[in-house]
This record gives sequence, structure tokens and C-alpha cells, in this order.
Amino acid sequence: MAYSEKVIDHYTNPRNVGTLNKEAKNVGTGLVGAPECGDVMRLQIEVNDENVITDAKFKTFGCGSAIASSSLATEWLKGKSIDEALAIDNMDLVEELALPPVKIHCSVLAEDAIKSAINDYRVKNGLEALELPKSHH
Amino acid sequence: MELPIYLDNNATTPLDPRVLEAMLPYFTSKFGNAASRNHAFGWVAEEAVDYAREQVAKLIGCTEKEIIFTSGATEADNLAIKGVFEMYADKGNHIITATTEHKAVLDTCKHLEKLGAKITYLNVKEDGLIDLQELEAAMTPETILVSIMYGNNEIGVIQPVKEISAIAHKHGALFMTDATQAVGKIPVDVNADGIDLMAFSAHKMYGPKGIGALYVRRKGPRVKVTAQMDGGGHERGMRSGTLNVPGIVGLGKACELCRLEMDEEAKRLSALRDKLESALTQLEESYVNGNVAHRLPHVANISFKYVEGEGLMMAMKDLAVSSGSACTSASLEPSYVLKALGLSDDLAHSSIRFGLGRFTTEEEVDYAIENTKKAVNHLRDLSPLWEMFKEGIDLSKIEWAEH
Repeated sequence: MAYSEKVIDHYTNPRNVGTLNKEAKNVGTGLVGAPECGDVMRLQIEVNDENVITDAKFKTFGCGSAIASSSLATEWLKGKSIDEALAIDNMDLVEELALPPVKIHCSVLAEDAIKSAINDYRVKNGLEALELPKSHH
Repeated sequence: MELPIYLDNNATTPLDPRVLEAMLPYFTSKFGNAASRNHAFGWVAEEAVDYAREQVAKLIGCTEKEIIFTSGATEADNLAIKGVFEMYADKGNHIITATTEHKAVLDTCKHLEKLGAKITYLNVKEDGLIDLQELEAAMTPETILVSIMYGNNEIGVIQPVKEISAIAHKHGALFMTDATQAVGKIPVDVNADGIDLMAFSAHKMYGPKGIGALYVRRKGPRVKVTAQMDGGGHERGMRSGTLNVPGIVGLGKACELCRLEMDEEAKRLSALRDKLESALTQLEESYVNGNVAHRLPHVANISFKYVEGEGLMMAMKDLAVSSGSACTSASLEPSYVLKALGLSDDLAHSSIRFGLGRFTTEEEVDYAIENTKKAVNHLRDLSPLWEMFKEGIDLSKIEWAEH
């Protein structure tokens, strides 16, 4: 299967690879997927007092589309408020990266990672975890 | 050196130019139907087919009359297994095979199960070899066929064919082997190995696609298979259809070249393979899959832990290899062969198969080593699992959200 140019770009020059201090109160970490399934994403956000995401980092074990989905997600997250971040839909990633149907689960995983990072941040800061739709892939 | 480099010779091989040269006249000036008995065009074609049959027979130590030309190994597997099941129906309905067989064998067996066959799928040991005691224990008076592949297409492991055929024969069953990966690569002798039926294909040994053969023993015992295609009664009635003369000429020539050059080629390729393997296993947490003592000379299957195969192949963009990763298949399931060895799913996802061939050079192997090392390191820099491993976190203790 041929990859889209955007997938190749994010795969070759992944944005925001790295690790934030997961113990910090203003950092939320989402770790989703499973090694047996062939993809694991870790996505982290750093949030300021105005509820705006000032930094985002990822590391992903998976195929090119999974790496590209998480790389793009970190790009989109930076500068967004938590509410705006929650509105990111996996189909936005699919469209931007021109993912084929067999790779849609990569984008679903990225959306799960965003929501899971936000929840981790919320719980750390005394807020209730949001009810997440059960992983649908 | 031209890029990309082809290291997927277990999937298919390039046509040897000498084979092409032998084939060409049979597309144009010598186009006759080998079954046309009453004019020179037919005679020329028939002569070419006869000669090719000899070339094929010589490679595997049989007589010309024991070669049935087919469209490839898949058809030969189907013909052998379905043909035996039908022909020997009054003797029994039990067939024994193994879980690591090619789909052409496994799915044929599954098909026969629907028609009343009893199939035993033997598990393999960690090294990919079947357990001979398990085979012996599985034999019943109704067993008509044991079908075990010669060399495995994913890991290259060579089964103890002689011992397997002896057990089959002791219990009155026939022995069939899918030898697609072995014929032309290592010495295969149907008499020394006790083989009754054997499937193989031209395009895995530098011949053309679309042509293969089934060896069917004629003496001790005389083996018969029920034809799976009805028509003009070609190939001693076992496989109807106008003979693919250029393909057959190509298969014949490919067999002759393999017979003459096999020893040297195997030595050269196993040296290159060992070089590749020892360089790549110097990377931390990399493992060779399958038995390393009993295997084909040109295959290396290596798992690079904490990186995913398809992602890795994307970084090895100048190398044409294949992976047991689920992402490379439509099913999203990792390689059933690697799983049969007891490999965990994550290691199966992390595997790469390197298949060397006649036209692989040392320069290409050196390039492949550097390219692969770089790719593995790049992917590990991106891998959360690698980071956790390095921090000493036990990944098996984490509750992963299965999806």
C-alpha cells in the first residue's frame, strides 16, 4: 500500500517526539493501545493556568500511519484549549493524512490518546474524569 | 549499486536472463500446441516439453513421467491433497499436516474438512520443527496422507523430511511435501527423502511465474490422484489444459541452472546471510526466529523488539523485505507461523524477513545492514515501549487497553 505524502512527511520528520515529566501536576499522560495489537501510543500535554495546552509530546510503537497520526495530533494540540482539544475527531486526522480504511484504527487510537491525556490531567487537578466512549476499534 | 535493493526472494525471484533466453522462441516462432500430434509446430513444442521434463526430473531425482506440470505450487498442492483424498477415499479420510504450512495446504485441508475429511494440524516446537513422536501418535489406520512442507517460507526451517516419510510409510500413508522454498535451493531427492508427492514452482527459483509442477511417484508405490480439472486429459489425465510451453521451458531451464549452481550458490548465500544476521543481532533485543541449524541458506527472520514491523519497513525504504507484522496483512493478525513457534504477538509484530537470492551482492548486504540498524534505532527513539524497557519497567505487568 502506498502512503500519502503527509504520512511520509510526519513519519520521516516526526514533530514533538519526546517525554514530559509525567509526575508534574500540569502534565497529562495518555498511554493507549497494546503491544500485542501492534500499536501503542503515549501522548502527553502540558497545560497552563488558562487551560491552554502549551506543549505536547508523543512516542509511538506502531506502523507509519500510527506514528503520523500521533505526530499530527501533537501539532494540533499545541495552543488549543482543553475544550478545543476534546473536540478533535479521529476523522479529522483521517482526512488530513488521507488514511486508507484499513488504517482508520490508527486515528482512533490517536483520539483515544488525546482524551486519555486530558483525563489524566483532569484527575491530577481534582476534576472528574470524563466519561470516554469505550474504545471502538 | 541500484536502489531499492530486493531482499524478498522468498516471495518471488527475478527471472534469470538465461531462462528468459531459453523461453523466448516459444512465444513466437515455436508457438505450437504440444498436443498437436500431426504437424511440425506441435512436434517442436512437444520436444521442448519433453526436454524440460527431463531437466526438472534430473533436479529432484525422479523420472520424466512423474512430473505433472501445473500453474504453480498452489495448484500442485490442491491437486495433490484433494486428488489423494478423492482417489483413496475407500482407504480412509484422515490427513495430517502442520500449523506452519502455507495457506495453499492449510486452506485446502480446511476445504476438505467440509467434505468429511478428518485433519490433524500438528503444532511445531519453538524452533519451528514438528515433533516426530507427535506425528507418530497422530497416525491412525484411516490416515491416507501426511503433508508437511520441506522448507518454511517465513523462517526457512527445514523439516526432517526423511524421518517424516518413514513414519508415514510405516503406517501405510502417503507422504506429500510442499517444497516450493526448497527445490533448487538445497538438494532434494524424492527417493532418498521418501517423497510420494511434491509441489514446487518456477518463480521461486529464477524461473517465470505461472508454472509449477507436482511430482507424483510411479513406483513403490504407484501413486494416483484424481484430476481436479476436467478436459483434454493432458499430463497423464491428472491435469487437463493446454500446456504452457514457454513456462515449461522456463521451469526446465531454471531447474537445470539450479542443479548446476546450487552448491556454490548455497555456500555464497549462507555466508552472506550469516553476515547479515550476526551484524543485526548485535543490536540489543534482537532475536533470530526458527531453528538456525536446519534451515534454508538464504533466509533470515529477525525480530527487533519494541519496534513494529511495518513502521520499521517504512524506514528501510531502500530495502524490499517483508514482515510478520499484522499491519502488512489485511487481516490485522500477525504471522500465524511465528505465533505457532510460540512467539508472543508483540515479537511477531516486530519481525522482518530477509530473503537473499542469486543476484544479491555483498555490497547490497552491507547496505542492508547499515540501513536496518539506522531504521531500528530511529524507530526505537520513537517507541514508548523502548523507553519503558530502558527504564526497567516490566511491560508484561502493565494493563494494556486491548483493542
